Amino acid sequence: MIGLQDVANGVMLGATIGLGAVGLTLTYSILGFANFAHGELITGGAYAALTLFWLLAATVGWGVGHFGALSFGAPFLVVLAAAMLLTAALAIGLEQALFRPLRRRGTQIVLVIASFGASLALRSLITFVWGPEPQYYTREISIAREVLPGVRVTADQLFVLALTTGLMLALHLLLTRTTLGRAMRAASENPALLALTGIDPAAVARWTCLIGGGLAAVAGVFLGLTVQVRPLLGFELLLPLFAAVILGGVGSVYGALAGSLVIGLAEALSVPLVGAEYRAAVAFVVLLAVLVIRPAGIAGGRE
Amino acid sequence: MIGDVFAYLVFFLVIALTYALACLGLNLQWGFTGLFNVGVAGFVAVGAYTSAILTAPANPERLGGVAWPIAAGWVGAALATGAVALGVGLVTMRFRHDYLAISTFGIAVTIQLLATNLVGLTGGPFGIHGVPRPFADVVASPLGRNVVYLVVVVVLVGAVYAGLERLVRSPWGRVLRGLREDEAAAAALGKSPATFRLQAFTIGAMVMGLAGAVYAHFVGFVAPEDFLPILTFQVWTMLVVGGAGNNRGAVVGALVVWALWSASGGALAAILPHALQARGAALQTVLIGAGLAAVLLVRPRGLCGEETVVSPHAVAE
Repeated sequence: MIGLQDVANGVMLGATIGLGAVGLTLTYSILGFANFAHGELITGGAYAALTLFWLLAATVGWGVGHFGALSFGAPFLVVLAAAMLLTAALAIGLEQALFRPLRRRGTQIVLVIASFGASLALRSLITFVWGPEPQYYTREISIAREVLPGVRVTADQLFVLALTTGLMLALHLLLTRTTLGRAMRAASENPALLALTGIDPAAVARWTCLIGGGLAAVAGVFLGLTVQVRPLLGFELLLPLFAAVILGGVGSVYGALAGSLVIGLAEALSVPLVGAEYRAAVAFVVLLAVLVIRPAGIAGGRE
Repeated sequence: MIGDVFAYLVFFLVIALTYALACLGLNLQWGFTGLFNVGVAGFVAVGAYTSAILTAPANPERLGGVAWPIAAGWVGAALATGAVALGVGLVTMRFRHDYLAISTFGIAVTIQLLATNLVGLTGGPFGIHGVPRPFADVVASPLGRNVVYLVVVVVLVGAVYAGLERLVRSPWGRVLRGLREDEAAAAALGKSPATFRLQAFTIGAMVMGLAGAVYAHFVGFVAPEDFLPILTFQVWTMLVVGGAGNNRGAVVGALVVWALWSASGGALAAILPHALQARGAALQTVLIGAGLAAVLLVRPRGLCGEETVVSPHAVAE
């Protein structure tokens, strides 16, 4: 039986997928390839935060803290910002060391193979350094409250939803009101023409990686906060991310957000019907259906 | 001592040549036709499970268990994998290559889920044990059995190699390369891209399924964690290192990469402190991942590279 609670869960899941999918759709259209390593940016962000929490606890004795009904406090926000920067640096590092040299001489497919290899290598490196066991930021339990009849959410989840909305608003303003945003949109439309205006496409690519990596880190830290930190965290999100991006049309930020909401709802609502064990295949079925019916995505998008 | 080395060499070659089979299958799809299949592990799994289900002794908790002869299991594996690939291909062959990559990745994930959850058919997370090993009743010693198995695998790889070489050098193979290089031109000559791609995809997948069956009967059991994305990645690395578009390269790549993989495993076991041993496999994957990136950057053609073919009718300038 599908209830309101499933809808609420789907929206929450959709928000987290959205943080990853928006970054993925930007890099997909601006860097010009399907980056299979995007899931590992999410995982990387989660582990960067985990390590920072350890360091803070070991050096200045900060815990995760807590504020009101939230299971965390101010230190969490500091760590989140730092994890975003670290993950953005990882994304830029991958772009500079691997993808840019390959883009100059190879085809799009070579880039996809390379990103598949980078994904596995990063995932294995994370497993090697931090171990395969699931870990947690805090042992505090965030208590679910009834916000609507039959719908219980935790304060942490509401915080995640609010911050995601804020970040998306900021991204919207960046893309529409700033020179960088216009350059990014131009880079996905016509990179050659962009270069003619005197803007360095490599710099635009780096900014794109920074934004994509930063948003992926937020998704990873939120998943770490509300679920747990595991080496497969981001990898298991890869199919939902791609499904959301293609559903919304590659390159469309709003499409990716809408797609994420659809995928999140589809996953949450299908659990009572097909069982949790097949949840991972739901995003894939939606993806196939979109590709068969509208290969360019629902929100248009370009071929 | 020499006996140990010999036994290890036989074991090594059987595994490496099993990879070579999967790599030959991928070479037909990617090397010659340009089909970006990121679901190699899924197709290998279909073959391995099919043969295991057909040949394993009866088990009240599982369907199948009809204890067919091993040869029938292998034929069944190729046919079942071909059928799955045909179904998948009918839907996906008209997708753009990056969408094909994402779709095949999803297929491998789905096959993995089915293998883990269809307990009544696949044995679930524990897999299927007691997959019969050929010649078990004829040859007594385990080493002798491995040697006989190696001979069978060598003959099989040789036959598949010869068959694929014939195919890719035939007019049919030329159409595949033509499609890969310039789809519009090939279509303008009246060659249906979707049909030829579907044929190449299905035949390549059948070879992968055969590789899965060969693997299952060598180790004697199949389980879902034998077919993780790392398998796809290994086969891709082998093809890229050996040289896509060259069947000799596919076999050479499988041997070289599996040798490096085994050697790095041994080296890490010797170097790493005891506490980190359990995580050594993860570090091994990092090394191979970095190696693949390095080959792509430094030598994109691979060790062998594709032969340049010039039409005998071409006039030299």
